[in-house]
Amino acid sequence: MGHSSDFDPAEAARLALEHSHQEGALLPILHALQGRFGWIAPEAVAWVAERLNLSRAEVHGVVSFYHDFRDHPAGRQVIKVCQAEACQARGARHVTAQLEERLGVKLGQTAPDRSLTLEPVYCLGLCGNGPAALVDGRPYADLSGRGLARCLKGVGR
Amino acid sequence: MKVYVSGDAAAVALGADEVAAQITAALRPRSITVVRPGSRGYLPAEPLVEVETPTGRVAYGPIFEEDVPSLLPVLLEAGPHPRRLGRLEEHPFFVGQRRLTFARVGIIDPRSWSDYRDHGGLEGLTRARALAPSEIIARINNSGLRGRGGAGFPAGLKWKTAAEAPGARKFIVCNADEGDSGTFADRMLMEGDPFLLIEGMVIAALAVGATRGYIYLRSEYPLAIATITTALATARSEGLLSASFDIELRIGAGAYVCGEETALLESIEGKRGVVRAKPPLPAHQGLFGCPTVVNNVLTLAAVPHILASGPEVYAGFGMGRSRGTMPIQLAGNLRHTGLYEVPFGLTLGQLVDEVGGGSLSGRPIRAVQVGGPLGAYFPRALFDTPFDYEAFTAKKGLIGHGGVVAFDDTVDLAAQARFAMEFCAVESCGKCTPCRIGSTRGVEVIDRIRGDQDRAANLVVLKDLCETLRFGSLCALGGFVPYPVESALQHFPEDFQRAPQAAGPGHLPGRSQR
Ligand SMILES: Cc1cc2nc3c(=O)[nH]c(=O)nc-3n(C[C@H](O)[C@H](O)[C@H](O)COP(=O)(O)O)c2cc1C
Ligand code: FES
Repeated sequence: MGHSSDFDPAEAARLALEHSHQEGALLPILHALQGRFGWIAPEAVAWVAERLNLSRAEVHGVVSFYHDFRDHPAGRQVIKVCQAEACQARGARHVTAQLEERLGVKLGQTAPDRSLTLEPVYCLGLCGNGPAALVDGRPYADLSGRGLARCLKGVGR
Repeated sequence: MKVYVSGDAAAVALGADEVAAQITAALRPRSITVVRPGSRGYLPAEPLVEVETPTGRVAYGPIFEEDVPSLLPVLLEAGPHPRRLGRLEEHPFFVGQRRLTFARVGIIDPRSWSDYRDHGGLEGLTRARALAPSEIIARINNSGLRGRGGAGFPAGLKWKTAAEAPGARKFIVCNADEGDSGTFADRMLMEGDPFLLIEGMVIAALAVGATRGYIYLRSEYPLAIATITTALATARSEGLLSASFDIELRIGAGAYVCGEETALLESIEGKRGVVRAKPPLPAHQGLFGCPTVVNNVLTLAAVPHILASGPEVYAGFGMGRSRGTMPIQLAGNLRHTGLYEVPFGLTLGQLVDEVGGGSLSGRPIRAVQVGGPLGAYFPRALFDTPFDYEAFTAKKGLIGHGGVVAFDDTVDLAAQARFAMEFCAVESCGKCTPCRIGSTRGVEVIDRIRGDQDRAANLVVLKDLCETLRFGSLCALGGFVPYPVESALQHFPEDFQRAPQAAGPGHLPGRSQR
């Protein structure tokens, strides 16, 4: 997350080595590649397909099935804000509108300067302290109270 | 002397790391250890700080960064402070609880193997090692333990089926996908007492003759992932895990349907998380075609206690066919949110009004959704329903994984019904038509009802659609989405007779359908 750069087969091979002993290693490898390159580029799909002896269509099918995997780069920071029921009951909808306004991006979009992506997520297990969000994997809660300022600080705003 | 600053994700999300850093820096010259346990489970008090005293731990909370300067001068003497809560064992949120599974969570250092052993860890496994596999299974059977992931299937019966299935390789798969909104018990357990889960899986492996285990943990839980990763390494170096039974951690990728056990197995195999038709049962042909036990985190974590204390102790709690305790999760618009482990049988009203303390917003509670996004919305008229699998089924609801989400009177149940249908559409694995197409139709029909287009006729269409989903879906995603929709229709019909309310939660933006 956060840092997207060009796909590098040598680097990919190094990352995949760690998963060579695993049965059904496609998801762990995709996680590793996305963690390093920020998204799963078409070259990455082709590379993984060859390495795991799968068709490109199969790898693409997996990438497109899972919400986590990106087929285009995200912003340098990724903010996932919870839209699920327990957070709804604690004001998630209003908080989402506030975040959209403060960050200048709509939910589900990346800022034109690629500085950040604002995405929905469905439950972070912080349902007793919501509304909640993850900023590059760091949790934030109480976004309708004191948490909003902390969260925005975490985003550097 | 020790000071404890909660290290649970909920506490960290409120600034506990900064609080711990400040306290650590201040106390370093006095060689006082700052421990980062899991959460005690009373969430309004997070970030929670506790100090060890001769008469037990004294708690302060919530303690935010700006409270630390006023706390430090009194902390070591457990002196007065506006946020002093005293001993949590005497706090109203704790006195009614009966913690069997969560006994150590919030108490021990989740990274410390010696803490685990000193607090009764491994007692269950020691007992299990002295038993034949069939005797372990008999104990689980006699405890009455049912699967805590939602379906409530008897755990002992599942283990017996897998134990008797022929196979050179067998697997124990822990379902830690915890996708239901309003639930966080798996996360709290993994962050607060990870060795308990590992011990439960090792006992399950002994019982069924499994050669390998997997924990499938959702990507939305980065702190739990870190804690489990460390705990697995420690368990290996301490010999709890070995070549004869090791556990691999697999991370989900944001698909709700991968909590369904067969979709989960497909996902571990590296495929799209598409639900398999049953039979065959996973216990016969599961992961990589081998006999596999899939159990929820809480099911597996209940096992060590059952072995250590005896099945009759566990079975001695509860009501009807719901035996033992349930770690209930109180969430949403409640004053006292948190993890409340009690024997089955408290009424929904007791949980929401007494334990939960009513709404956080101060407005009347109008609806409570129990059991996640596929659970029914209950009105106040059903608050006398006891927390029990069968009692909830009888009222056309479910307890699922034990999440209780309260809404005040600003909720629009037509909007909630729409949300349920859209969630189903977005998260459907796409294999069966009712779930894939029916849920999308459901959204459109609800939009028409709310927009007053042929309202009466479309209400009939919606009811028919629910029937189709219930009986025609391959798994409980499509099969159970009628619960929230029909309960909204039945108990809150007035919300379907008016235009959308501005405050109601809207559509699912930015997440495309498969
Ligand atoms: C759409 C869907 C999502 C599910 N999500 C979960 C989940 O996140 N965690 C879980 O333990 N069970 C989940 N289940 C239930 C599992 O299919 C399965 O019943 C459970 O893992 C069995 O373990 P148990 O018997 O210990 O409960 C889900 C079921 C469905 C239909
Ligand atoms: S519903 Fe938002 S964190 Fe659970």
